[in-house]
Amino acid sequence: MINEEANTAVENKPETQEYFINMGPQHPSTHGVLRLMLTLDGEIIKKVEPHLGFIHRSIEKMCEKDSYQQIVHLTDRMDYLSCHMNNEAVCLCVEQGLQLEIPERVKVIRTIISELTRLSSHQLWWGVMGMDLGAITTFLYGFRDREMITDIFEETCGARLTMNYNVPGGLMFDIHPNFQKRTKDFITYFKKKLPEYDDLLSNNVIFTERTKGIGMLSKEDAISYGVTGPSGRASGFSCDVRKHFPYSAYDRVDFREIIYTEGDCYARYRARIDEMHESMKIIEQLIDNIPEGDYKAKTKAVIKLPEGEYYQRVETARGELGVYVVSDNKKSPYRLKFRSPGFSNLSALNIMAKGDKIADLVATMSTLDLVIPDIDR
Amino acid sequence: MGLKKYISDIFYGVKSLITGMKVTGHYFVRPKEIITQQYPENRESLKMFDRFRGEVVLIHDENNMHKCTGCSACELACPNGSIEIISDKVIDPETGKSTKVIDKFVYHLSMCTFCNLCILSCPTDAIKMAQNFEHSVFDRSELTKVLNKPGSKIMPGIR
Amino acid sequence: MNFNIYDFTGFVNSIKQWLNSVFPPAVADITGFVIIGICFLTFITLLGLSLVYIERKVCAFFQQRLGPMRVGFWGTAQTVADIIKLIFKEPLIAKGSDKFLFNLAAFIVIVAPFMAIAAVPFAKGLHVLDFDIGLFFITAVSSIGVTGILLAGWSSNNKYSLIGAMRSGAQIVSYELSVVLSLLTIIVLTGSLQLSAIIESQRDGWWIFKGNIPAIIAFFIFIIASTAESNRGPFDMAEAESELTAGFHTEYSGIKFAYFFLAEYINLFIIAAVGATVFFGGWMPLHIGNFEFFNKIMDFIPPIIWFFGKIAALIFLIMWFKWTFPRLRIDQLLTLEWKYLLPINLVNLLMMSVVALNGWHF
Repeated sequence: MINEEANTAVENKPETQEYFINMGPQHPSTHGVLRLMLTLDGEIIKKVEPHLGFIHRSIEKMCEKDSYQQIVHLTDRMDYLSCHMNNEAVCLCVEQGLQLEIPERVKVIRTIISELTRLSSHQLWWGVMGMDLGAITTFLYGFRDREMITDIFEETCGARLTMNYNVPGGLMFDIHPNFQKRTKDFITYFKKKLPEYDDLLSNNVIFTERTKGIGMLSKEDAISYGVTGPSGRASGFSCDVRKHFPYSAYDRVDFREIIYTEGDCYARYRARIDEMHESMKIIEQLIDNIPEGDYKAKTKAVIKLPEGEYYQRVETARGELGVYVVSDNKKSPYRLKFRSPGFSNLSALNIMAKGDKIADLVATMSTLDLVIPDIDR
Repeated sequence: MGLKKYISDIFYGVKSLITGMKVTGHYFVRPKEIITQQYPENRESLKMFDRFRGEVVLIHDENNMHKCTGCSACELACPNGSIEIISDKVIDPETGKSTKVIDKFVYHLSMCTFCNLCILSCPTDAIKMAQNFEHSVFDRSELTKVLNKPGSKIMPGIR
Repeated sequence: MNFNIYDFTGFVNSIKQWLNSVFPPAVADITGFVIIGICFLTFITLLGLSLVYIERKVCAFFQQRLGPMRVGFWGTAQTVADIIKLIFKEPLIAKGSDKFLFNLAAFIVIVAPFMAIAAVPFAKGLHVLDFDIGLFFITAVSSIGVTGILLAGWSSNNKYSLIGAMRSGAQIVSYELSVVLSLLTIIVLTGSLQLSAIIESQRDGWWIFKGNIPAIIAFFIFIIASTAESNRGPFDMAEAESELTAGFHTEYSGIKFAYFFLAEYINLFIIAAVGATVFFGGWMPLHIGNFEFFNKIMDFIPPIIWFFGKIAALIFLIMWFKWTFPRLRIDQLLTLEWKYLLPINLVNLLMMSVVALNGWHF
């Protein structure tokens, strides 16, 4: 090898060779068991090939034997960072099929908890983003703030991560008496802490240099690859399900759809940080106006959806989650398909990372906010 | 122009770095804000929330009576098959009718996903979620638990 | 024995005389070398252990954590426990790796800082090698370590290691320039490379205060470039655990891994020592010109405490960088060096020469 290089130097014909490197399945920055096959030229990425299937648990198939109540808890295990939205998607789909009238209280509580989940997901993402770029302290600060939300969840829903707070027709329990106070406390606390995020990372010259102009994704590509969520909106693709197809209580709250047109890592980063501000705005509007009423609509013990096809989409922290149910009037669905945001977002990784360096791939992957169980299901 | 931008770049870069260092420095000099909880030491003061789902327990009162009728609604509701109800048919000596009585309420903690569906499905509120979270054991067979205590009986008037 | 905490010259000389009186001259010399060697080995081991502990605690406090708390009082024995664990771990050698170079790399990495530390002046008279080119010796010898890193990456038969090693090579070669140029800025004032002479020249004040603005600029360049040279902080491209798993030492385990780890911390110490010596007067207490009363009070604090205090402050600064900033990318790292630090450094050197020629410094 050394001799070869020496010879080529003599002939003044620099000859380079492309090589492969396996990033993952065990790698610190793939956040799980994702395997990326990189074709590299020096440190320049020529091609990224994601290989999936390391954490495939066939959730869709399992859904085909479960009752509709049981399906809900499986969705916790897909995108565990936005578990409430996943649960909500299935519940909304079943409610749509049953044509149930959902109490207003349920809608508002679902919206508040969805936004809290989004906040906690983004906080964790922020911490991990910093860590991927080498600033380990952000990880701890992100988790510190997330801890308050998980405490709220634990008190009201009974679990910190896989909450399973939704049941078809409503909620599992009513909110805890402390819920409103705790949430308000959190909002006042986090309003003070969010500028810290900017000081530590957003405005840092190293960070902006690392993210600006990196991992470019054009609007056309975002649409054709189906990149949704903050990642898609950072490319100028207006795809917020909460705005375009409002569900639960999103039709009555005032919030801004965050759209950036740059399409680089920094835009995706900013989109998420701004989304945290918007989430807090939504929670503030709703938290004092939770209408009285039942926390659950009356449903039969065995839910059977009428024969037909149902589709429901929600906006999770990562993008648009679609639940497609084909029912044949039995107690479990004939076929259930999740359109998971992570899978579509990952598919665009190749065009985003091509031509960048390995370090940029890490930043790009981090701003896509991948959750591997969501990709594989 | 080029030189001016060069110098202002350096200036703003350094300024942003110092802002970042201020944040970490702020916490360095405030050890009171440390968030670490030292777990085994704070066991006494560590109280889980009432709704925390740690494990399924069968509620027994002081007379060793429980409310489970052995209807196996929870078994059906469980998505993972972590509950097995093994029941007997016994002849009630007073009425002479044959009734169902649980022999063993088997709970596989290792399979449980703590989804709370069994608790919701129970018609007599016989089971609940306990707040214990220290489940680690040396042998996984210990994770298969029999929830009804030996000699326990069903409460009168439940059926 | 005439032991004096303010001046070790008499103490060292009395040991020398005692050795010469007991042994024949040749044996006395060798015994002297062995004693010094043992002293340094012990010192380096203790230094490594305590720096790892300090780093963990400092990092923990930056991150609102407690850090190690279990082993010993406030976790003080944690690093000892870790070293024991590392000693008993299996020294794995990856398949297809060049075994000789693989083992050699770990030793080269550790030998370089060992050699450099010999020239560090700890206190008055406590100075093993006082060359007239002492500063040159330290900068030259401490960059041997990069050979070890390159060898480690090359011999590991691992692409991640190789990328890490190549990055490290590019990085150290570039930043060596800035380190030396920033030190040269002060040498313009001292006129000597001998470390004892540099310290002596700061009797009436440290260069960072005396040397006007160019000295302050030089100090900042020095601290940035030397952080980069030691592969630390925001410049840990060679390790970059989120990109290259662990970079050049991915394949190392057990005690050989500990060598890399130890070398990093001794390098940190040497950088801080050089910085303290050149910019902050080494063991020289803080003196202000001819302000006798103040100088007397400052002299009351032993030099060795001054020296280690300054080093602790510099190490803390470097740790503060590491636990605050994100990592740079390799091309940005080189941009920083060649487009920012080097030109500033050259201009700064010119400015310092003007200052020195006109006698504008204090």
